[in-house]
Amino acid sequence: MSDVVHGYRRPNPATQPPLNSPSYGSTHARYPTQPLLELPHTLTETSSPIFTPARYPEVTDLTVLENGKGQAMGERIIVGGRLTDEDGRPIRRAMVEVWQANAAGRYNHEGDTHDAPLDPNFRGMGRVFTDDEGWYRYVTIRPGAYPWRNHQNAWRPNHTHYSLFGSGFAQRMITQMYFPGDPLLPLDPIFNTVADEAARNRLVAKFDLEMTKPEWALGYRFDIVLRGREATPMEDGHHD
Amino acid sequence: MTEATPELAPSDALVASAHQTAGPYWHLVDFPEWADTTRHFADRLPEGAERITLAGTVKDGKGALVTDALVEIWHADPSGRYPDQNGDPTAFQGYGRCATDKQGRFRFVTLKPGPVPVGPHAGGNAMQAPHVALAIFARGLLQHLSTRLYFEGEPLNATDPVLKAVPEARRGTMIAKPAGNGTWTLDLRLQGEGETVWMAV
Ligand SMILES: [Fe+2]
Repeated sequence: MSDVVHGYRRPNPATQPPLNSPSYGSTHARYPTQPLLELPHTLTETSSPIFTPARYPEVTDLTVLENGKGQAMGERIIVGGRLTDEDGRPIRRAMVEVWQANAAGRYNHEGDTHDAPLDPNFRGMGRVFTDDEGWYRYVTIRPGAYPWRNHQNAWRPNHTHYSLFGSGFAQRMITQMYFPGDPLLPLDPIFNTVADEAARNRLVAKFDLEMTKPEWALGYRFDIVLRGREATPMEDGHHD
Repeated sequence: MTEATPELAPSDALVASAHQTAGPYWHLVDFPEWADTTRHFADRLPEGAERITLAGTVKDGKGALVTDALVEIWHADPSGRYPDQNGDPTAFQGYGRCATDKQGRFRFVTLKPGPVPVGPHAGGNAMQAPHVALAIFARGLLQHLSTRLYFEGEPLNATDPVLKAVPEARRGTMIAKPAGNGTWTLDLRLQGEGETVWMAV
């Protein structure tokens, strides 16, 4: 494969969660045991679908449904930030999908049997697009913590799931945003699968007074960084 | 002012964000129509297009069906082209998303991709066999798993640079078989016997 370029930089393993993470029980039967084959980045990996609000309508305010009747219960918050790559280039007009539990810690999902109330005015799905500088923003309610069966008395910290696309399918990513000061963070196996402390903490949103709207809602900033491009074409399949 | 991409000052602080699992409740972003990439086209398919179905199951290391996976496909159009980011957003694009069902099955309707050049740095026009990138997200997968689906019987399979790098004994885990009526099947195994060749993308 001497004629193939590595389009995007490979991550430092400490900054990404290993697939084999024994403290997270669901990984046990799901992580590949064979070594991953390193895939060179061809056009398939350096190209990406194009999403537009015309075909993928925006849902920028999760606290009201389409009919405009009724408000979701809970603490209204504004969440926003910047989507860039590792070189600081904004990811423009990118689709950002989010989903989350309601204020009581219950997902609007048939599989979620947590004994907490559903909110008829909260679906828990958002979809927004970044602007030309990579900024995105939506309004929601703060998601509640919820129990899971990973270990005795296990609770997931408050979190929102994020799904992201860049300009290449190699940048595709799903992650989670957490909240500052959450006492469950040090106890959460999923959050703590990321070995590097700084990398972990980058998954935690920051309270932002600038984004906070007086008399209305607190603001949280959550920036997301997708992989940057390799600086120079690789001559060879090997790299370090 | 040029129209060059504005760049922030170079910063060591910018490191790619960590992946996290999609968890079991990702269906809030499941839109079943996305499993049909031809949904906007009806009968106005691109010239020479062949509508196909890609189907299979996902199993875990114990052989149990994975019923909560998010499967995505990404592939070129029938002429082997990918969309231009500044091009027509309504042109065909081979992106689909599908939830595995109670039997661990996924099913996409799409157009068969053409052969794809390796890339602009390829030092020539080396061609890849027709293929579909597959991404699997699920509870228990802290990062998504990636592989490729190839089509049995394609002459270019013999020279495809990615397939060639796969040990011969395991190549079959990436090659879909025809099941009639334009359907191609490929079963995926996350772990264990017959484990799919997963790739570090
Ligand atoms: Fe969750």
